[in-house]
Amino acid sequence: MAAKGRVSIVVERCKACGFCVEFCPTKVLALSSAFNSKGYHPPHVVLPEKCSGCDLCGMYCPDFAIYGYKTGEDKAAAKPAQTAAKPAPAEAKQEQEVTQ
Amino acid sequence: MSTALVNPVVNPVEPFLRNDRMPHIWCPGCGIGTTVNCFARALIESKIDLKTLAIVSGIGCTGRVAGYVKLDSFHTTHGRAIPFATGLKLANPKLSVVVYSGDGDLSAIGGNHLIHAARRNIDLKVICVNNLIYAMTGGQTAPTTPGHATTSTSPYGTFEPAFNLPHLVEASGAVYVARWTTFHVKQLARSISEAFKKKGFSFIEVISPCPTLYQRRNKLGDGLEAMKYYKEKSKTKHGAPTNEVGLTMTGEIIVGKFVDRDRPDYSTLLKNQMHETLGSKYVDYDDEQGLLCGDGGCVEDSCH
Amino acid sequence: MKADPRGVLTGTHFLDGDHACCEGALAAGARFASGYPITPSTEVVERFAQRVPVVGGCFIQMEDELAASITLQGAVWGGAKAFTVTSGPGFSLMMEHIGYAAMTETPCVFVDVQRGGPSTGLPTLPSQGDMMQARWGSHGDYEIIALCPNSPQECFDLTIKAFNLAEEFRLPVMFMMDECVGHMTEKVVIPPADQIEVTPRKHTHKSVEDYLPYGTNGDLVPEMAHAGEGYKFHMTGLTHDERGYPNMTPKMQQKLVTRLQNKVRIAAERLTMFEEEGTENADVIVVSYGITSRVAQRAIEMARGQGLKVGKLRLIVAWPFPDAKIRELAARTKAFVVPELNLGQMSREVERAAGGKAKTILVPHAGGTVHNPEDILTAIQEAAR
Repeated sequence: MAAKGRVSIVVERCKACGFCVEFCPTKVLALSSAFNSKGYHPPHVVLPEKCSGCDLCGMYCPDFAIYGYKTGEDKAAAKPAQTAAKPAPAEAKQEQEVTQ
Repeated sequence: MSTALVNPVVNPVEPFLRNDRMPHIWCPGCGIGTTVNCFARALIESKIDLKTLAIVSGIGCTGRVAGYVKLDSFHTTHGRAIPFATGLKLANPKLSVVVYSGDGDLSAIGGNHLIHAARRNIDLKVICVNNLIYAMTGGQTAPTTPGHATTSTSPYGTFEPAFNLPHLVEASGAVYVARWTTFHVKQLARSISEAFKKKGFSFIEVISPCPTLYQRRNKLGDGLEAMKYYKEKSKTKHGAPTNEVGLTMTGEIIVGKFVDRDRPDYSTLLKNQMHETLGSKYVDYDDEQGLLCGDGGCVEDSCH
Repeated sequence: MKADPRGVLTGTHFLDGDHACCEGALAAGARFASGYPITPSTEVVERFAQRVPVVGGCFIQMEDELAASITLQGAVWGGAKAFTVTSGPGFSLMMEHIGYAAMTETPCVFVDVQRGGPSTGLPTLPSQGDMMQARWGSHGDYEIIALCPNSPQECFDLTIKAFNLAEEFRLPVMFMMDECVGHMTEKVVIPPADQIEVTPRKHTHKSVEDYLPYGTNGDLVPEMAHAGEGYKFHMTGLTHDERGYPNMTPKMQQKLVTRLQNKVRIAAERLTMFEEEGTENADVIVVSYGITSRVAQRAIEMARGQGLKVGKLRLIVAWPFPDAKIRELAARTKAFVVPELNLGQMSREVERAAGGKAKTILVPHAGGTVHNPEDILTAIQEAAR
């Protein structure tokens, strides 16, 4: 079953404050064991099917490092789709796209 | 099978940010960035014309907001964002002017200007991010620091009574007074939207964590701990009497929309008075695009 | 461009300096003032409050000088020509914002009607005690332009020049009156608007994409934009780059602050304005400004009546100081006599610029009234010996 939403994370901006993890209503996120170049553990999606695309994570994030959006799919999607990141200009960043 | 798609969605806050100035300087767990998200949402929701939106800030961590948002933005002197904003608004009444600054900047050095602008009911939307401390300069006592907190200038604990900002601005005459915390993201965005629709002096206080100084020195945990405290101890009481919404270090936080009333704003009062006493002799410069006027000896030709 | 006739009170008037200054501001195109009452300057804004609602503009009396000195700057960035008016104690309070105007290159005028100081001093009596403060009162390295009128007529004429210079150089201009000139009533002739030149704002014509708020070319003065025009620029008092973004590095500091200084210094020669008379073969040259120049005139006439060869140099633009002129005169005269209503401020500049080639003799006066011409005459006689 397709998730109603997806999350996009700008790994390099994250400072691992934990707001998104804590306040996601469906506990989609957890801090990963990976590091970004500043040494922070950015979040990653652990329960992708629970994401509703409500974007509360985006509203909470003080570093503009994550946002959620509705996929517009309520029905089952056939396959996971790999989406390319939309780069922000003057800034080194890796975007981690979360898919179903 | 995978289909390459361009991500069709951009973070709603992104178009409002000066990308060439990211990343910002705020600490991990600081709530100022959160308030900027709410501000951006309010701008989107209220469909405000960004061309005529100006943002004025003072000095401090919150004062840096002006430098990060892609609007006509003015980073002024400590405590004087409000009088600068007053001049901006009076010169060009078509501007929507937001003052975005911190508790120390607005209520200590800027206190006099805060109360007079509220008294006059100048049409400004003031977002006061209250982290209960002077953060930028290293964690000194602010007029809002709750009792017995440890700060760098009160190493043995504060003992001064703190300002109750909603009470102060209500008493001074503000027409819209609300308080939220950085936990209340939806409500804050909504309040900012409401303030945009309001004519007169609007004041929105946002309690926000300062993990590096206030939280750490008082052993209150990090930014996340602060947010959990806000969530747990906040109580929404719309219309609460503002004299009852004072803050303590670990006690209840009353949030909500406390004041929403109508009073004629400064410009309305001015025009009424002038029309009454001068009649047709009064030249209402507002009719002529504010003081931006090719004829006014200001700009050679109308460049705009 | 020509002055807007709506602000020009053409005619022959009997006005004091304060009132004439207000008319000068209106003629120059000022349509915004923020003020705070302080003797002996208040009449300037009292008149503005009365005139501007029928001319078309705005006056607001703010809660203190700290506010007044920055409210006018907000108005400038909103599109207006704006000024404020004060005296010693208020001038001191305004210093931070004078520096802010210099740093952000905000064109505006600060009128200081000098009174006895320091501190509360002599609220209703003249001095010239703020001259150094006008130049150095705020912190850091910056340049201002200061003008000294010596009559109500000059209070009108030179206020227009003050606004024009502010626009040309994008900086705060100090209009240094004194209580005597401010409160003396004389004939003031205000010409028709089409005989008054006003300098328009140096507004950019560049597109939003190309515009750099603090980018400059040859003249070192950047083009300005106002809020509400779509440029979405950032302005800050922090050391900044051409985009207006904070750039707090020694390299940027050097670049910015030297440009702020040079934009005035490279134009110093043409900025200079003084009244020079009888200096060709003078043994003594009296250097004065403001109200003191009128007493000095009397002393010069008395000295010449005694056969002394005395020249006159009246400073009209006091800052930047006319170094070149003093240097030139120092080479061919014995001494400068500098009477001023203070215990030695501009005299230090004269001495510095003279470089030891001529003596500098100060005729000090702590303020409260004007010099006796005899005191200046005595100094001239001593100097000529």
